[in-house]
Amino acid sequence: MSVVVLGAGMHPWGKWGRPFIEYGVAAARDALADAGVAWTDVDYVAGADTIRNGYPGFVAGAAFARALGWSGARVASCYAACASGAHAIDLARTRILAGLSELALVVGADTTPKGFFSPLGGERADDPDWLRFRLLGATNPAYFALYARRRMALHGESPADFAAVKVKNAAAGALNPMARYRRAVTAAEVLASPMVADPLRLMDVCATSDGGAALVLASETYARRLGVTRPVRITAVSTVTPVYPNAVLELPDFATDSTLTAPVPERPFRAAIAHAAYEEAGLGPADLSLAEVYDLSTALELDWTEDLGLCPPGEAAGLLRAGETALGGRIPVNPSGGLASFGEAVPAQAIAQVCELTWQLRGTAGERQVEGARVGLAANQGLFGHGSAVIAVK
Amino acid sequence: MKLAIEGWFTIDDDGTHLLGSRCAGCGTMAFPPLPGPCADPRCPSEAQERVRLPRRGRVWSYTDARYPPPAPYVAAEPYTPVTLAAVELAEAGLVVLGQVQGLGTADLHVGMELELTHGPLADGPLVWMWRAVR
Repeated sequence: MSVVVLGAGMHPWGKWGRPFIEYGVAAARDALADAGVAWTDVDYVAGADTIRNGYPGFVAGAAFARALGWSGARVASCYAACASGAHAIDLARTRILAGLSELALVVGADTTPKGFFSPLGGERADDPDWLRFRLLGATNPAYFALYARRRMALHGESPADFAAVKVKNAAAGALNPMARYRRAVTAAEVLASPMVADPLRLMDVCATSDGGAALVLASETYARRLGVTRPVRITAVSTVTPVYPNAVLELPDFATDSTLTAPVPERPFRAAIAHAAYEEAGLGPADLSLAEVYDLSTALELDWTEDLGLCPPGEAAGLLRAGETALGGRIPVNPSGGLASFGEAVPAQAIAQVCELTWQLRGTAGERQVEGARVGLAANQGLFGHGSAVIAVK
Repeated sequence: MKLAIEGWFTIDDDGTHLLGSRCAGCGTMAFPPLPGPCADPRCPSEAQERVRLPRRGRVWSYTDARYPPPAPYVAAEPYTPVTLAAVELAEAGLVVLGQVQGLGTADLHVGMELELTHGPLADGPLVWMWRAVR
């Protein structure tokens, strides 16, 4: 069972400082034009919420629908931290598969403040996201750095291995007109950038960006009626939660679950996210032509490479060094340039990942085209147990 | 003596202890302490007892904050980097994050033993901290 991606659209990532709705509307109009359908034909709009832009951000679906012109379409808005975009895709996909909708628009957009993400304001001692800042000063990069240091201890990796991820992704991002950073970088530049959270430096950690992304999804019947042949199809969306006990310290937590009495699950959370998508699509890692993964830090891309099953644990740096995950390699990872080149526009990012899959599978990704791409996977993890993995096929 | 958060740790003549919960049904533990139902979905128990967690553990991973963290953290002026360590408490099956007192990242390594203490945040209230074993 699959839905068709009729259209994909993005507003370029940057630090534009305009209302997020503008980016979402621009991306939506691009996606509708790409699909060759009118907004007034859309029967369902799903918005991925942003929590830093006031009330319109909490009701993003309605905010975009109003800005596009009230059309009477049914609406939903959802928040799942960094996975919000994929969860919005899943809402639209599920309605289409249930036969309740046939043409849906999915939109996410964000306007971000400068510097570290910080929690929402007020005194909120019952909110772990507020408390981790208040009690420990534990920013998002602090958690990424804990994972990076752990890789160094377990697998003997070095900051030079992490820098090599940035070099690879910057080279791909330089070819992407939607990316915020479009300049190739050297490992020496990465290793000379200021330390943020030892061992991660400024160029190891993704920025926060403004941007917008949108998809037009349709039922197979609707696509056929439009005369679309061989469309890109979404064959899996995994939104699984962790299984107790989660033995990895996750944002924004103070501790792991206890492994004292219950057996640790066979697959850690990130690997379970990908596994559920593989199961749903009836595919495996060997079937992938490319993967878009959430490189919030350079080192985290290496984690994802292993979690997706592209290599055994501890071997991602070797795969990278061999050029296998670069454009032109056996299994390109982040051919879009990844978060390293985009920075993160939270509710738009997971949708942007699927835009990249769409363009790659259509063969319209220009200079960063993965030759003969047939299957793509996009993976992502957000705070509070939200993960997502989307598989698209041609 | 003002604690930055009530019910998560305690300071007395026996030293500083993190307060966790232990499930009366299955015995699994949690930090911060849980109020009611067990975190394990297979365990029907709704009773948790408050327990002191082991004071010593081994470093699971560590880092620091080279730039002052944003509010609600109150950064000292002038700012000196905060060191953070995630410490594995084997007898509780937990890894617990905390600031590190008196050590920088150059002094730490994964597997190193640390013990619990406490220290003040820049605006005064006390929080649990890890330090070198004495």
